[in-house]
Amino acid sequence: MDHFTQTAWLIPLFPLAAFLLLTALGRSYRKAGVLIGSIGSLAALVMSLLVLFERLGSDAVDYSNSFKWIDFGDVTFRIGFEVTNLNALMLVIVTVVSFLVNVYSAGYMKKDERITVFYGYVALFTFAMLGLVLSDNMLIFYIFWELVGVCSFLLVGFWYAKPAARAAAKKAFIVTRIGDAGLLLGIIVLFWYMPGHALDFSNIHNVFNEGQSGAITMSITTSIALLLFMGVIGKSGQFPLHVWLPDAMEGPTPISALIHAATMVAAGVFLLARTFDIFEASAAAMHTVAYFGGFTAIFAATVAIAQKDIKRILAYSTISQLGYMVMAMGLGSMTGGIFHLFTHAFFKALLFLAAGSVIHAVHTQNIHEMGGLSSKMRVTTWTFAIGTLSLSGIPPFSGFWSKDTILATALDENPFLFAVGLAAAFCTALYMSRLFFIVFTGKSRLPHSVEVKESSKVMTIPLLVLAVISIGAGFVETPWNGWLGRWLTGGAEEAHASGAAIVASIAVGVLGIYIGWLMYGKSSIERGVTSARMPWVANVLEKQYYMNEFYAVAIVKPVRGLGKGLNAIDEYVIGVAVRFIGLAAGAGSRMLNRLNNGQTQTYGLTAMIGLVVIIVAIVGRRFW
Amino acid sequence: MLPSYLTMAAILFCIGLYGALVKRNAIIVLLSIELMLNAVNLNLVAFSKYGVVPSLTGQVFALFTITVAAAEAAVGVAVLIALFRARGTVNMDEFDEMRR
Repeated sequence: MDHFTQTAWLIPLFPLAAFLLLTALGRSYRKAGVLIGSIGSLAALVMSLLVLFERLGSDAVDYSNSFKWIDFGDVTFRIGFEVTNLNALMLVIVTVVSFLVNVYSAGYMKKDERITVFYGYVALFTFAMLGLVLSDNMLIFYIFWELVGVCSFLLVGFWYAKPAARAAAKKAFIVTRIGDAGLLLGIIVLFWYMPGHALDFSNIHNVFNEGQSGAITMSITTSIALLLFMGVIGKSGQFPLHVWLPDAMEGPTPISALIHAATMVAAGVFLLARTFDIFEASAAAMHTVAYFGGFTAIFAATVAIAQKDIKRILAYSTISQLGYMVMAMGLGSMTGGIFHLFTHAFFKALLFLAAGSVIHAVHTQNIHEMGGLSSKMRVTTWTFAIGTLSLSGIPPFSGFWSKDTILATALDENPFLFAVGLAAAFCTALYMSRLFFIVFTGKSRLPHSVEVKESSKVMTIPLLVLAVISIGAGFVETPWNGWLGRWLTGGAEEAHASGAAIVASIAVGVLGIYIGWLMYGKSSIERGVTSARMPWVANVLEKQYYMNEFYAVAIVKPVRGLGKGLNAIDEYVIGVAVRFIGLAAGAGSRMLNRLNNGQTQTYGLTAMIGLVVIIVAIVGRRFW
Repeated sequence: MLPSYLTMAAILFCIGLYGALVKRNAIIVLLSIELMLNAVNLNLVAFSKYGVVPSLTGQVFALFTITVAAAEAAVGVAVLIALFRARGTVNMDEFDEMRR
């Protein structure tokens, strides 16, 4: 019956085996490296699909299995895996994108001499992400969460010869670490207050489920939820810890697609979904989550309008869409969040891979140096257009359905956030049409020496596959058919459907694209209209609200100052003390050495002084 | 009576110690050592006569010490003569062979 579900623990082992094999083989087997990495992820994909199909049919029960890891007094930590409908869906998302990225990279990274290392890292990342998805308790989850972070660091800094890549890798690691510290604290607090110190998700579900939350007080619940949310903020690039994500675009483009758009950054949203009961038990935490998400959505969307770098635009778009997911979670719609995660993974991976195809062809990332690519790169153009329409929320593409689910929920729950979501949707449509029309239409602004041609089949086929999924994936949950919501939550969550939301979201999407077309396609509105009238607005947006500068002044400088201060203490207090002790020992030894002059009388004198000292000590003790 | 003998012996010992540690001439150092030995002998005799348990043993012991001191002085002077032949001096400051 549940044959495949029971063997789901094998899924992460395929990429792990691929990673180990690639590491053992070394750099020389270039062709074999590509093959091993791809086969590893293909095996994981097939297994994941089998698990998913097995769970689709009837009301499949959650399956979990674990074995004892360590005993600490009365507490036992276990290692195990759990398969729920949510996990099965995530497995498929991760493996599909991972496999397609593996295939695509065979073309994109063809000339890189460390391609085998690259495939090894990607396999390691896939292993970590699948382990994270399957883990059945918070501790194992946290271990894989960190492992994913390490892979992100390795891959962002893959081209470590570039100083920018090195800095970006460090930044990604350090900034997410701030969130991770919160997550770890949250897990510790959870461990402390959970009955029986249980950390597995099914116990968390039971304890925090509605009506039974008496075991843990309200304020503790809220603080646990907020600490866990810190981890989400770090990993999923929510404001104010989003700064690492745009910089992470220094990594190879397939990595941007795999890690920084489709899968790893979704880990935060996945954590929200996994521990949704904790958040639902605390209204304050839910509000915080919703407002952080909403703010991030509009904040990042406005920044994306003014960026020049094609990948940076997509990065800010990712932040904005992650904001949508988090907002949906905060509004109580787990279905909306996961649904958007699901569709976004595919169309954002598509957009990134298409952008990679463009970069591969024109060797620049500045959109103002491109233009008129549509005639030369047909497949890329069409697939990018599908991704654009999907992201902008135009029916019937998948992004429309998921965004509509979120907006309908927002309209019912919180009209203010609905307005924010609509504004963000408008900005999304605007920046995507700006990007599309500048890059693919108009006259070419490339230097004549660059000869643009379509990328090879190995790169375009993943694009086509993703394009098909991007069109079709939205139909699992539509306003008249809430299948995904029922399947994910077992019908616990009521579906939100609203004609007004549909009309409004289509309207802003079309309006955004129309204005974008007027400005950048047809040029009937002067491009520089904002920068001419309100130069400061354009400037602030282009500089990303000066967040990096703000952090440099507000955090990096004080911390660096503190570091210098501590260093000074080390050097001038501890260092001086150590040097003094060394000097004193040297001086003492020189003095003693002087006594050893070979003269009998000196020896006799020394012996006598010693005798006197001993006598004084003995006699003195009597009178003490 | 005992304290005056002991005081006398202590003074004698201190003079001997001073000479042994300070004097440059090796012969005087040897003489000072004899002085210290004699101070010890004086103590032995004084205790055997006026001590808590008077006994002849102390005086016999003193005789033995004098004998050993004579032997020691003979060996010491012999070493000194050998040193003087080798180095041509009896100045204590120049005898630093023990350093090597």
